[in-house]
Amino acid sequence: MSVRDQILAKVRANQPVDERPLPDLTSFPVRTSEVLDQFMTVLSTIGGKPVRVADYAEIAAYLHEHPYPGRIISSIPALQHLAEPIPENADPHELENVELAIITGTFGVAENSAIWVTEANYQQRVVPFICQHLAIVLPMDALVANMHQAYERLQGQEYGFGVFIAGPSKTADIEQSLVLGAHGARTMTVFLLEHV
Amino acid sequence: MSTKPKHPELSERFNADEPRVDWHDATLWWIRQKRDKAAHTLYEDWESLRNTASAIKDNVLGNLADYLESFERQATTNGAIVHWAADAAEHNQIVLSLLQQAGAKRMVKSKSMLTEECHLNEYLTENGIEVVDTDLGERIVQLADEPPSHIVMPCIHWKKEEIGELFHQHLGTPKGNADPQLLTEAARQHLRDKFLSRRVALTGVNFAVAETGEFVVCTNEGNADMGVHLADVHIACMGIEKIIPRREHLGVFLRLLARSATGQPITTYSSHFKSPRKGAQLHIVLVDNGRSQQLGREAFRNSLKCIRCGACMNTCPVYRRSGGHSYHNAVAGPIGAILAPNLDMSKNADLPFASTLCGSCSNVCPVKINIHEQLYEWRQELTRQGKVDFGKKMGLKMMSTVLSSPMVYRSMGKMGRWTMRVMPGMVSNSFNPWFKQREMPAAPKESFRDWYLKNRS
Ligand code: SF4
Repeated sequence: MSVRDQILAKVRANQPVDERPLPDLTSFPVRTSEVLDQFMTVLSTIGGKPVRVADYAEIAAYLHEHPYPGRIISSIPALQHLAEPIPENADPHELENVELAIITGTFGVAENSAIWVTEANYQQRVVPFICQHLAIVLPMDALVANMHQAYERLQGQEYGFGVFIAGPSKTADIEQSLVLGAHGARTMTVFLLEHV
Repeated sequence: MSTKPKHPELSERFNADEPRVDWHDATLWWIRQKRDKAAHTLYEDWESLRNTASAIKDNVLGNLADYLESFERQATTNGAIVHWAADAAEHNQIVLSLLQQAGAKRMVKSKSMLTEECHLNEYLTENGIEVVDTDLGERIVQLADEPPSHIVMPCIHWKKEEIGELFHQHLGTPKGNADPQLLTEAARQHLRDKFLSRRVALTGVNFAVAETGEFVVCTNEGNADMGVHLADVHIACMGIEKIIPRREHLGVFLRLLARSATGQPITTYSSHFKSPRKGAQLHIVLVDNGRSQQLGREAFRNSLKCIRCGACMNTCPVYRRSGGHSYHNAVAGPIGAILAPNLDMSKNADLPFASTLCGSCSNVCPVKINIHEQLYEWRQELTRQGKVDFGKKMGLKMMSTVLSSPMVYRSMGKMGRWTMRVMPGMVSNSFNPWFKQREMPAAPKESFRDWYLKNRS
């Protein structure tokens, strides 16, 4: 018998008989209608920066006022005058010197301000981690209240890699002092976009 | 019987420096309080989340073989390569052979308690492989040549001045500088270089979904992702109990995990790996190492529900005052004391005695493991097996060290008084040496939770 079959046989022999069905997840009602407020509040608490904008022109204006010296990449066509496109088939190591990456978020979760992004949003998996600063553009109406709603949205969705990102990279490993910018992005700006 | 030092001696050593113990105690209690606050923000859902998580895990334990087969099938369809390891030695060999296949002599690794349990680093080092742990806390203990002392906060026992000195020696930071910001920045630069130059990255797994074959890795630092997305080969190692049935169940566990661990609403990154990056390889190693055996022990199988949040350690009056290393096991604290005897009863017979059986662990556990009851069960089981002659003696000594000095009681404050009030009811049995020594006050009428809600300031 292979190791695999041995393990499975042992598990089968030792696992308890349990015919109880899986619990129902619909018992977690949505408690808030104020998803935008909650999302913005939570994001600020965890070190992120929410910025409400009407359209892409306002994002451009914001970046003009808050310039990032260095290489800026973006997967968003409307921002191509500010950023180079993300090279699709390049070696991910070539992104080492990216100062700011601007990508689209699929949706956000109010209870924890996590934003779901998949590689379809930004071509290269390493992008939101390797950049010094990360900005995510999120349509204002793409917010759900909690993680149960989030996974309802993800039901049946196909992705090779997807990630919930909540705020900048952080650590508290040194005497529990919170430091932003551990290995991933040092800051995270979220542009909440009114008109897509 | 092994002559390696046991929990009583090890905690005595830790207790030699009393102010340090007080500091350690207070730090963990502070994290416990953050957990409480986070749980209270979800007060309407919290208990039903715990019940749901526990019920999902019950279902997993009853159907684990089928779920494992489903996971393997889906993951293979997704393009991952699945390996099976019966024990630590097989796990280590598989990882080494994958490194050899890739022609790699160096590897980056993000946090994985399983690889600690298997002593992977030692094995790979002996075989000429350089392993760099990339979680900041893990890197610190690795540079200091120590194991982690906590499953979530590996260097919780280190003071920043000591880390400053360690980094001065290894990373060349200015002598005498203990600024967390500066030290973190130094580690960031040092590890970025490793991420950019290593071709193999190993990660742990927090949850693996039977339905889809994907798995989720949670970090705050982003180190798992930095390693994996820059490497040609991703090796993900997981215990077979990490399986959950469906993707939607992630919603339940991700709501509980970080809140229970550190009081955050969610970790910064919850990364869902389904298929390998174009041109890269994804290997998943499924490890048994005693888990199927624990599944067959009726009294202890619930320990396999553990999602490794660390809450039971942060709240444990013994862990807080004896330190993670006193448990001489990869997983310390109350849950470690249940898992360790399954792997080696003789070596770990002392651990179920490293508890007041106060039940605080069971009260905070997000998957509702009956931790303190299992500790009590182990005491009986180990006694039946004749493993505890030293236990009663040593157990007593440990309790005296950790809990009985007046200084300790003063500094334990509320928690100490609570322990005195709650403990006797929980410990009036012949398996608890502490009880024999003391005149115990009457047991309280209120539960821990009631007491806590009423008394927290
Ligand atoms: S036993 Fe429960 S509280 Fe302890 S680490 Fe595991 S899940 Fe967390």
